[in-house]
Amino acid sequence: MTSRMDVKKLVLTSNYAAAYAAKLARAEIISAYPITPQTTVVEKLAEFIERGELKAKMIRVESEHSAMAACIGASATGARVFTATSSHGLLYMYEMLWWAAGARLPIVMGVVTRAIAPPWNIWTEHADILSPRDSGWLIFFAESAQEVLDMILQAYKVAENEQVLLPVMVGWDAFISSHTAEPVDVPSQEIVDEFLPPRKSAAFLLDVKDPVSHGNLVFPDFYMEFRYLMQRGMESARDIIRKVDEEFGKIFGRRYGGLIEKYRCDDAEYALITLGGSSGDAREAVDKLRENGVKIGLCRIRVIRPFPVQDVVECLSNKEGVIVVERDISMGLCGVLATEIASVLFMNGIQPKFASFIAGLGGREVSVEDFLKMLDFSLKEFQRGNKRVGPHWYGVKEEVIP
Amino acid sequence: MSFKVPLTPISRPAKASVGKTGLWRFLKPVIELKKCKKCGLCWMYCPDIAVTFDEMGFPHINYDFCKGCGICANECPTGAIKMVREGL
Ligand code: SF4
Ligand code: SF4
Repeated sequence: MTSRMDVKKLVLTSNYAAAYAAKLARAEIISAYPITPQTTVVEKLAEFIERGELKAKMIRVESEHSAMAACIGASATGARVFTATSSHGLLYMYEMLWWAAGARLPIVMGVVTRAIAPPWNIWTEHADILSPRDSGWLIFFAESAQEVLDMILQAYKVAENEQVLLPVMVGWDAFISSHTAEPVDVPSQEIVDEFLPPRKSAAFLLDVKDPVSHGNLVFPDFYMEFRYLMQRGMESARDIIRKVDEEFGKIFGRRYGGLIEKYRCDDAEYALITLGGSSGDAREAVDKLRENGVKIGLCRIRVIRPFPVQDVVECLSNKEGVIVVERDISMGLCGVLATEIASVLFMNGIQPKFASFIAGLGGREVSVEDFLKMLDFSLKEFQRGNKRVGPHWYGVKEEVIP
Repeated sequence: MSFKVPLTPISRPAKASVGKTGLWRFLKPVIELKKCKKCGLCWMYCPDIAVTFDEMGFPHINYDFCKGCGICANECPTGAIKMVREGL
């Protein structure tokens, strides 16, 4: 006998977990162009459709620009839409990303984060998913295959909320997550249907019986109001993300803490900040330091847009020092996360000691040992009275730099 | 203001949804009907559907919507259409 609470335990990569999530969300239109390391997401979905397990239309296209354009068209008719991409694919659809957000379409997209060429590199880095951070897409980031599945289901619920009506991208790391298999609880279709009923909301609908066109010219006297409405959608999303996480927890028994995940943070004097797949190693490093009596915790950023302002302020306001380790660099400044966290702290009058590291670009490993070295270095600098440490390029091979 | 903007700008099908595009014109097509052979090419090429015919079959230009692109003048095989500066 099967019950709605039945859970199948499957061994899945994050890419397969994403495909299962899109299937459980009953995505009706899928349009994507293959790119390493995203390919297996769409392969799996094609397989589901072929076997008749998913009633969806797969629109094949010649580029990511067209993939997003097809998603925009489909979403504008009221369909639930899914796509996935990575790196250059995301950059190629960059223009369309802004159209999707401005048209207030609740598209959900998986982004398997990968470095950008040249030099060609297929391994993880967060430069791709951080690039469209001003576009009006909500940006989520998962750590494990289970979280990828759960986050995509939550993403639809958030995106389709009438107070939000903005697209969401859900990120996970190339290979570390995308091709690494883990046990995943796959919920039953019945219970997902209860959590996520068919899409109802829309800012407008394309309907041949009542034709409208979107993407119209708006003169300076009203353009600003439309951007203001997008920002208002973003601001409302913060609370809705927390509520959806709570509701998800009640139904599925898993909660992630909303926009950030705090680990041993409450009594901590220092906080390490990370994003994505290497957070597991960061957690272990925190445990090791705790064993040695260092009061440190981890704050993992789960939502980059809308930025978790209140959560970060609450988490960091009583900290002696903050250490940001990130897999990205905003060329000509420093890491994106460090910039954003520093600005949020500054604007709220909080000035802890602050260290910033660029690490693991182009998929270079960031291990527990590496985290321990960065933390150790920062704590020593803090004790020496240095309030600002870095930004440091951790592990860069000085001997090969001309 | 009682008018409220929607979440995203949409428009419904209407005659020239951005208004009277004739205001954009600085050159104006003028048809010399004596030279006109009623071939209809000006009507066919006009991108703004701004050419209409009278009961005699002669073309006339709707200056509310003619943007003054000059395509009709360029296509007219008899040179019946001249582009003249607005206001002259
Ligand atoms: S000038 Fe252009 S817009 Fe005006 S009638 Fe001729 S073709 Fe049409
Ligand atoms: S193209 Fe010239 S000749 Fe032909 S209908 Fe128009 S004005 Fe007359």
